[in-house]
Amino acid sequence: MSYPRRTKEQLAQRVARDIHDGACVNLGIGMPTLVANHLPDGIEVILHSENGILGMGPAPAPGQEDYDLINAGKQPVTLLPGGAFFHHTDSFAMMRGGHLDICVLGAFQVSATGDLANWHTGEKDAIPAVGGAMDLAVGAKQTWVMMDLLTKNGQSKVVSRCTYPLTGIGCVKRIYSDLATLECTAQGLKLVDKVDGLAHAELEQLVGLPIAP
Amino acid sequence: MIDKIAACVSEALQGVTDGATVMIGGFGTAGIPNELVEGLIGQGARDLTIVNNNAGNGDHGLAALLKTGRVRKIICSFPRQADSHVFDALYRAGKIELELVPQGNLSERIRAAGAGIGAFFTPTGYGTELAKGKETRDIGGRPYVLEYPIHADLALIKAECGDRWGNLTYRKAARNFGPTMAMAARRTIASVHEIVPLGALDPENVVTPGIFVSKIVKVERVATRAGGFRQAA
Repeated sequence: MSYPRRTKEQLAQRVARDIHDGACVNLGIGMPTLVANHLPDGIEVILHSENGILGMGPAPAPGQEDYDLINAGKQPVTLLPGGAFFHHTDSFAMMRGGHLDICVLGAFQVSATGDLANWHTGEKDAIPAVGGAMDLAVGAKQTWVMMDLLTKNGQSKVVSRCTYPLTGIGCVKRIYSDLATLECTAQGLKLVDKVDGLAHAELEQLVGLPIAP
Repeated sequence: MIDKIAACVSEALQGVTDGATVMIGGFGTAGIPNELVEGLIGQGARDLTIVNNNAGNGDHGLAALLKTGRVRKIICSFPRQADSHVFDALYRAGKIELELVPQGNLSERIRAAGAGIGAFFTPTGYGTELAKGKETRDIGGRPYVLEYPIHADLALIKAECGDRWGNLTYRKAARNFGPTMAMAARRTIASVHEIVPLGALDPENVVTPGIFVSKIVKVERVATRAGGFRQAA
């Protein structure tokens, strides 16, 4: 009946646990960037930034910001030893050509079969902006989504069919959420794990879809 | 003798015509050739189509150009930013046309123009609003969308160091669209912070070979401003 939600930090930790040693990873703007703070000790992960960086390091100390060295969210970062700079077309060849092992993105909605909606709410007055979302979604070896399972109004963000404009079709492999980790397959959702105290039936009720155990 | 060094920005920008398509390098504020954009404002060409990843930050550079009302259309991937108020107002008032392009398609369409490619198929955007009405094809069991090159009359880019043949190096992630845009325009002007004698650049480290560059012009080094994100209060 009562169960704790994963905090943002715990969720970032949960995602980080599944990233393998040696992976090249792109972390999307927003919540996914938190994953960088929780990568397990003893493994080496190369972070990619779409604006032409491999081997991206953490934010610089205050006063050391260099705005020629920024991440996709335009915030100042650093370069680790071994890191490299390259131009946009090479950077997007990495993203589109299947060279990144994992990308972690935020989402408005994900369908049970892995359709992703994360770039536009479709509202009339909203100014659309897509950036590299569509390239990452279909180009990385694995696309993971990191989000709250429910909207503020309690509606499931995991749906049978996305109502927001699509970013990509059948591209999401895993959904990491505050309540459960789910796999998207051609046959529908499959449970990876869930928070303690949340019954399987209750999770299915929240999502409104069957989830294979 | 080949000498691509222009004495000043206004000399480099001579001859830009009304209706021109102008590529402007940069991602957020990094790699935006602000001095060249200011020069274009002063030069006065109108009815422009601008190709940039974003649609201007704050009130400077590209945002200032948009504010003049001389830009008819912008082709970009990410116009909406924390400080894109100039674009936002023009767009909402219906005073600027927007062609929204996924960033990888933007970059590849520019590259295609530079490399003489007639069109290409990409999986990016398939089944989405941004591929509506476009030709598609199944290749090896995967759906692809046909995309056409973006050619330009002029590219304005920011580099770090150049020589009189137009060879260029860049600084950190300010490189971004510069090398690709330099290939795709009939005329490319690069601002640099340093001009060195021919032979001084290590040929192993030249990023943009001079064949892609028409003019270089030296500008004072100023630190790149922050822009594009919400500053912590």
